[in-house]
Amino acid sequence: MLESAFFYMFGGLAVLAAMGVVLARNTMHSVMFLIFCFFNASGLFFMLDAEFLGVILILVYVGAVMVLFMFVIMMLEINTAVLREGFTRYLPIGALVAGVLLIEFIAAAHSGIFTDGVRATAEHLGRDVNNTVEIGKILYTKYLLGFEIAALVLLAALVGAIVLTIRSRKDAKYQNISAQVRVRKEDRLRKVRM
Amino acid sequence: MVELSDYLTVGAALFSLGVIGLFLNRKNVITILMCIELMLLAVNLNLVAFSHYLNDLAGQIFVFFVLTVAASEVAVGLAILVAFYRTRRSIEVEDINTLQG
Repeated sequence: MLESAFFYMFGGLAVLAAMGVVLARNTMHSVMFLIFCFFNASGLFFMLDAEFLGVILILVYVGAVMVLFMFVIMMLEINTAVLREGFTRYLPIGALVAGVLLIEFIAAAHSGIFTDGVRATAEHLGRDVNNTVEIGKILYTKYLLGFEIAALVLLAALVGAIVLTIRSRKDAKYQNISAQVRVRKEDRLRKVRM
Repeated sequence: MVELSDYLTVGAALFSLGVIGLFLNRKNVITILMCIELMLLAVNLNLVAFSHYLNDLAGQIFVFFVLTVAASEVAVGLAILVAFYRTRRSIEVEDINTLQG
């Protein structure tokens, strides 16, 4: 009973916050709604016995990604009135596509294909099961290659983001490392007869 | 008790809201990126729900990979946005037409 109450609270608030993301006039308010949505989704993750991912969702998304969004919004001077143009023009087609998608998804979810042969209401894992340990056990053995590729993807994104935004100043003075290394004693030292 | 289809319904609602957000906020790149985040969150929720009800941890591992790709995508996307804003002083999607030739 308590579980259902928490599910409806987290799920309902997540959907309401998602509506806020889409409909908010101010982009900053959208970011705030999205943060709230992530918190509620993290609550749903906790209810699904995925504690580690719930914590990671808050740490990575709220702590890093959404702060990055806020940073960019504050840094850029955006005219929100111009950006809202054509908001209602695409409403019918958008509502049509999203409505059809929603009906299809819900029909598929309730069709019984996914719940057939599956425990419809899975009982929770015991208190001695540590989600972090269990994930670590298979992430570093069975999925090691994927883990390393993920690290490479992050490295590429890191380098790419820096290369895209770096702006070198023309008047700044830089060291010429190869010239420094190549220098010989004769270049710097001159013997004079006293 | 909460069933698998309930979680799938929440995921479907979040995904559809992300799609409708893509249509409504066609001019604002930042909101488009946020709507993509919303859709990825819905996918993650579905993966974790299946992982719990099928008692298979692989779903949670895939959530890791989705999170990694989403974070990289946001970092590169926002970097492109900042670089574009520097040259054009605008982030409207309609202005991004340099490569059309």
